[in-house]
Amino acid sequence: MSVESVFPRLEPLLPRISKPVQYVGGELNATVKDWDAASVRWALMYPDAYEVGLPNQGVMILYEILNELPDVLAERTYAVWPDLEALMREHGVPQFTVDAHRPLKAFDLMGISFATELGYTNMLTALDLAGIPIHAADRTEDDPIVVAGGHAAFNPEPIADFVDAAVLGDGEEAVLEITEIVKNWKAQGRPGGRDEVLTRLAETGGVYIPRFYDVEYLPDGRIQRVVPNRDRVPYRVFKRTTMDLDAWPYPKQPLVPLAESVHERMSVEIFRGCTRGCRFCQAGMITRPVRERSIEGIGAMVQKGLEATGFEEVGLLSLSSADHSEIAEITKGLADRYEGTNTGLSLPSTRVDAFNVDLANELSRNGRRSGLTFAPEGGSERMRRVINKMVSEEDLIRTVSAAFSNGWRQVKLYFMCGLPTEEDEDVLQIAEMAKNVIRAGRQASGRNDIRCTISIGGFVPKPHTPFQWAAQCDPDTVDDRLRKLREAVNSDRSLGRNIGMRYHDGKPSLIEGLLSRGDRRVGKVIEAVWRDGGRFDGWTEHFSYERWTTKAAEALEPFGVDLAWFTTREREELEVLPWDHLDSGLDKEWLWADWQDALDEREQDDCRWTPCFDCGVCPAMGTDIEVGPTGRKLLPISPVGVGSPVKNPALTP
Amino acid sequence: MQKLRLRYTKRGRLRFTSHRDIARTFERALRRAGVPMAYSQGFSPHPKVSWVGAAPTGVASEAEYVEVSVVERVDPAALKAALDEALPPGIDVVDIVQANGGNLTERIDASEWRIELDGVEPERLAEAVSAFLAATSVEVERLTKDGKKIVDVRPAVVSALVEPRSSDAGHDGAGLSQPCGILMTVVRQVTPTVRPDDVLNALRVVADLVPPVPARATRMAQGRLDDEGRLVDPLQQDRES
Repeated sequence: MSVESVFPRLEPLLPRISKPVQYVGGELNATVKDWDAASVRWALMYPDAYEVGLPNQGVMILYEILNELPDVLAERTYAVWPDLEALMREHGVPQFTVDAHRPLKAFDLMGISFATELGYTNMLTALDLAGIPIHAADRTEDDPIVVAGGHAAFNPEPIADFVDAAVLGDGEEAVLEITEIVKNWKAQGRPGGRDEVLTRLAETGGVYIPRFYDVEYLPDGRIQRVVPNRDRVPYRVFKRTTMDLDAWPYPKQPLVPLAESVHERMSVEIFRGCTRGCRFCQAGMITRPVRERSIEGIGAMVQKGLEATGFEEVGLLSLSSADHSEIAEITKGLADRYEGTNTGLSLPSTRVDAFNVDLANELSRNGRRSGLTFAPEGGSERMRRVINKMVSEEDLIRTVSAAFSNGWRQVKLYFMCGLPTEEDEDVLQIAEMAKNVIRAGRQASGRNDIRCTISIGGFVPKPHTPFQWAAQCDPDTVDDRLRKLREAVNSDRSLGRNIGMRYHDGKPSLIEGLLSRGDRRVGKVIEAVWRDGGRFDGWTEHFSYERWTTKAAEALEPFGVDLAWFTTREREELEVLPWDHLDSGLDKEWLWADWQDALDEREQDDCRWTPCFDCGVCPAMGTDIEVGPTGRKLLPISPVGVGSPVKNPALTP
Repeated sequence: MQKLRLRYTKRGRLRFTSHRDIARTFERALRRAGVPMAYSQGFSPHPKVSWVGAAPTGVASEAEYVEVSVVERVDPAALKAALDEALPPGIDVVDIVQANGGNLTERIDASEWRIELDGVEPERLAEAVSAFLAATSVEVERLTKDGKKIVDVRPAVVSALVEPRSSDAGHDGAGLSQPCGILMTVVRQVTPTVRPDDVLNALRVVADLVPPVPARATRMAQGRLDDEGRLVDPLQQDRES
């Protein structure tokens, strides 16, 4: 049975809302396939506004991989803003995909990518607008199988009531496997119904089906154990790892939106994983080991991507891009190749060393030197040992001096507040550091108009990190320290006027903490907040701390726990954590030892250039570090076009 | 340096794009098509693309104009083909000429609009239009960034005509049986600008005409008004030389 586009019903609503272009689809490189010719159909959602969701690499990669299969179809959907949501409810228009405007309920699978936990309420809006029951238990064979992915899926327990399945880790191969299982089950006439297809997914060992596990609690509210409640379901579910990045050069045809998005550039992922070992960093912990894309693979993706998109800027993406074993050759090769084509290259450069300045100089040799960004993360030397961010203040001063003497005029420094063991003094050191940066910068550049911006985020302890046991700092303490920091920055006007400070209050971080380390009981809070109108929690203008605290108090009271229990409570070594049955490869004993090292202010090296320290990932997952150098060079493409990275013989012979 | 003048469309769903969306899309298409663009000098060089007016967001167009400068000589027909291929369907390059001096902006002082009003009987629309034309001044309110503003619509409207009822109502196949009034109107480009929305508001002011669903407007042509009130193709001069 074919499925009709809802566009004729949506179109009359569009002139009445803001930025209608985000709902019309038609992006460059988007794919619309024949519904009836597909045997498995995926709707992929990024649960935030279109402008944030469209550039998401994860969704883009899976969308392209799935659509490359001849009998599989994938379309995208994003969170609709409240103005359109109200009109859709009034006129009975269901949640739709932007590709062919098909209703979500008609799809076999709905994949939702959670980069952050703050998208949970938006998922409920989408399900509800789609006419899909928000509770997985209430869904029938007529409803899509709702699959969560992305980093937040490493603890999907808070959304266990709402999703049918969760996939941990890299999605490239996992989506193909899931597709195959669903295709066979459908071809066989759907034997055993929804339960059977979910069981087949669970049997792979790499797809977590929350309803197939029972959680038992101790009288004091802690978890006693999490066990499968049926046969054919594994005790532990492992994360997926895509090893050979060169075999997966996606996105090949990056989507280019008509509307403006948060990233007006193309991204090429130059490696995946990070073993720098920053203890606060969930991404670095759950994406091990490091797997590099080769220099040629990167060069080909950049050129093909530019040809396919026309973007003016390429970001070389990873968790710490300067760490690629051949980054110098890559940046020089690309800068040479695209000279004169007005193609910008950027590196999310967060490492504090002079080498980074050299790279930035290379990338900007044809353009303007505006600002460089570094992330010391901790204000004091002591704090940086706790979080394992091995940067000395001398390193930083040397680095920024090099930057300022090379013509850079602004330095942006990222920090966190509310870290484990933190005292006021640690945070006040940020002010000292910023002042020293200005002093050094004035000396190196010989000018007074340089700037240093300090940007401070609230620390949220995350699952599968050494800080998973830590007490989260309460918002009042965070706010108080930030107030004192501001006073310290402003205490010396001659330096303070060159220092900018950016931060948010600590309240949203506490809610993020609840959602990050919560268990299944937190699902009741999410639902209550959503029913009360909670939407777009990642947006200051929509987030309501009061609503979250009120609903948390009400919904958690019957369980004898509360918001503080989930957030500001320190866990003990042997407490069963809600995500212990979900295997990121990290050995829990190693994580605990690393947590103890943190408390003792002991640092841990990177296993790429020191011996293995037994974090557990490689043996558990059957993986290995995949790094160069390969010794190969990036060949010039001759010739690139004039004023364009593309040569068109029809126009210029 | 060679300068080319293009006429392009903004059709179908693409009418919901803003001018900034179009500009970004256009510049990226020029790069994909391998057009040897000229760039401005300075710290952040921009491709030399000059826009001539722009239909408002939500309004379609058959006649938008833009000028591009290239550093190597290109065949206009080849450029049209390459660019059209690189642009999304709906933004279609329909005409191209090599510029032969003069100022394109000065060759445009009015637009012809086609406004479709679904659910409005053509007779009812014709009555409203007559009432509007009979007036010497029709003031409407418009919301701007700086608050409300009063605009007199009547002096800007050169002509307004309701198309006779026809079976070909001209929309995307939806709701075929419902009536659709179609208004063709030529409006001078004055300051403050009078847009199709303002014309519709004027009809509400003079005749209480309120379409049941949002009307759809399309710019059909732009140009200089000749003595008979018709629009002269702004690219004609370049073509003749």
